[in-house]
Amino acid sequence: MSCCAPGTETAAELDALRTAGPAADEMAMASRDLGGGLRQCDLIVPAVHCGACITLLERELPKIDGVERARVNLSTRRASVVYRADGAEGRALAAVSDRLAALGYPAHLPGPDDEGGDPVFRELLKSLAVAGFAAMNVMLLSVSVWSGADAATRDLFHLISALIAAPALAYSGRVFFRSAWNAVRHGRTNMDVPISLGVILAYAISMYETLSHGEHAYFDASVTLLFFLLAGRTLDHMMRERARSAVRNLARLAPRGAFVIDAEGRREYRALAEIGPGMRVALAAGDRSPVDGIVLEGQGDMDFALVTGESRPVRVEKGTLVPAGTLNLTGSLVVEATRAAKDSFLSEMVAMMEAAESGRAGYRRLADRASAIYAPVVHLTALVTLIGWVVTTGDWRFATLTAVAVLIITCPCALGLAVPVVQVVAAGRLFEHGIMVKDGSAMERLAEANHVVFDKTGTLTRGRPMLVNADEVAAEDLALAAAIARHSRHPLSRALAASVPDAGGGRFEVEEIAGEGVLARAAPGGTYRLGRASFALPGGEAGASDAEGSEVVLSRDGRLLATFRFADDIRPGAPRAVAELAEAGLSAEIVSGDREPAVAALARRLGIATFMAGARPADKVARLESLRQEGRRTLMVGDGLNDAPALAAAHVSMAPASAADVGRQAADFVFLHDDLAAVPTALAISRRAGKLIRQNFALAIAYNAIAVPVAILGYASPLVAAVAMSSSSVIVVLNSLRLRRGFRPARVETAARPEGAAGYERPVPA
Amino acid sequence: MTNLLILIPVALFLGGLGLGAFLWSMKSGQYDDLDGASWRILDDGDDRPAE
Repeated sequence: MSCCAPGTETAAELDALRTAGPAADEMAMASRDLGGGLRQCDLIVPAVHCGACITLLERELPKIDGVERARVNLSTRRASVVYRADGAEGRALAAVSDRLAALGYPAHLPGPDDEGGDPVFRELLKSLAVAGFAAMNVMLLSVSVWSGADAATRDLFHLISALIAAPALAYSGRVFFRSAWNAVRHGRTNMDVPISLGVILAYAISMYETLSHGEHAYFDASVTLLFFLLAGRTLDHMMRERARSAVRNLARLAPRGAFVIDAEGRREYRALAEIGPGMRVALAAGDRSPVDGIVLEGQGDMDFALVTGESRPVRVEKGTLVPAGTLNLTGSLVVEATRAAKDSFLSEMVAMMEAAESGRAGYRRLADRASAIYAPVVHLTALVTLIGWVVTTGDWRFATLTAVAVLIITCPCALGLAVPVVQVVAAGRLFEHGIMVKDGSAMERLAEANHVVFDKTGTLTRGRPMLVNADEVAAEDLALAAAIARHSRHPLSRALAASVPDAGGGRFEVEEIAGEGVLARAAPGGTYRLGRASFALPGGEAGASDAEGSEVVLSRDGRLLATFRFADDIRPGAPRAVAELAEAGLSAEIVSGDREPAVAALARRLGIATFMAGARPADKVARLESLRQEGRRTLMVGDGLNDAPALAAAHVSMAPASAADVGRQAADFVFLHDDLAAVPTALAISRRAGKLIRQNFALAIAYNAIAVPVAILGYASPLVAAVAMSSSSVIVVLNSLRLRRGFRPARVETAARPEGAAGYERPVPA
Repeated sequence: MTNLLILIPVALFLGGLGLGAFLWSMKSGQYDDLDGASWRILDDGDDRPAE
């Protein structure tokens, strides 16, 4: 009953079935005290996307007994639920979780490091507001001076400007002064050094001029400069924060705790950090294992895809080793932890990732490289101007004034905007296509890429099985099987159920036998069995071998009705994406942890000549390292936990939204749609952004080539400086905005429903 | 000259008022959910007291 997504109800129901909301204990643990017996719990609700969703949730949630009020934030896609902590809150929270799922808004909890709010952004915005206020007023007074105010009036105006500018510089300039001071203290120089120096010197010399009744004061230049530069900074920060919060809002795949069974058989919810070796952990169907362990009791199927890259469910029974991060699909298991969470497979991957990341640390952002050349040149030019005028005229006052004018003119206003504006616009374009970029340097690195390495499962393929022989099976058998499959969470059952979307639930008495299949008793029809061949046909009918582990057999009273075959389907757009990347000049290869035949078949289908099968995480990193030594700049596209180190090691990396947490954090880009076309799109936009940045640099240099000689010769009056500075900034911004044209937004994906993805598109409200 | 003595403080005061209003509205969280605010204005139910 999601508000305005007709036709997606069945999918939403299936999802709700699959991703049961967070447990009440977890929610209570994550909530905070508001005082007065009230507590607030923040939930991430990715499916919230319009006004009707807000109204619906804010109306429905407070109806639950114990819930005081609910507030939905559409920008961050969160819901804050305020409830009474009166002892019965467990039930209320469980009801909230269930109600959200039933309404079609599966919710999950934010991560522990995710506090919401952004103090840096607030500080930047406040600084920007103050600088804007000061710039406007000082400019007002300066215009009066330029248009002819003189003598006492001019001095008065200069004095008022000084009074406005002083607090504004002190408040808004902090961002730059701090960073410049840090750089100078460590013997380095960055873009902020000439900015700080220019602003402070301009203020000081103008103050001196004002007090000695001089004609020229540069108060307007120093505050406008600050305003423009702060605008660039704020935009830069906004872009990165937006992407970061969008990535944070994706469902966390690593559990934050689990039910531990103590010696007396009591179940207690414990946080991840408290689970140590030897503890017995209960895993219900749909839970991910929080730690590495050994199965003690029960049997079932587990999804190892995030760990090994292998798409087939693995059957587990007593004694099977279960790494952290694996998903229990059927049956309930009791697992004995063999290692604490901090020593788990997951943590090993994180350590490996950190080691691999050092390779990328060598990359310096374009802006940093530009400023490394720019800053010394600016300082040197100003110094030479000062010395030159002192030597030729002996007039210290004029020489200093001219040197400061040079500093102001060359102050990297256009340069400071050249990179962030383009990157903000580019990130906006990418966002429209469902691609999130972590930071600006990622786009620079992507533009340089000349080789692409794909993971197989979950990247080139969907990572979930699809029915492939639907047309060989009688329609009524398929409908019957789908109706039965609807009662199971096994991925093959879900694929079967999804292939007949309008099949009803059927009237069966259903029993799921973990690791085997589903037993359904219908009143007139007899007993149906859907599952492994050995389960559906207990007599052991020959010919129904289950070699690939991707067959499901439907039988009635022990007689074969139909056999369904599944295969991991290729991701939509994959062939086209590979072709487009080849056209863009990138060579491609596949590096997968899967078996050789599966990888070879896919490589053949996509026309990729080079591939590597059975690769362990370390092999993938080694492969990327050897590519680096060949001098290639590699784009890695992968999703699994086993890809995470490789994602960190690559020159630049991309991951789908369905990837493991660690993988998403390691990747520079995360794409939300199912379609692999995101990869060439991101490449095209990044390359175009790189081109515009270089154009902007050229514009800034051309401007300096004209303005600097004028300033050195002493003709840069405050008016000339103000006009030159503003016009160059405006030109650079306008040039950057050209990026908004040209790319059409991606078509709406109807099939795309990445697990818990934020911001996926839905049909437009009718 | 005398009118300047009135006009400049007035201009600064009005500008300062705008700045103060912005800082206040930011502090009170009015910019926290801009997307949501643009939808809420269309919601007729919002002006009724909460049930």
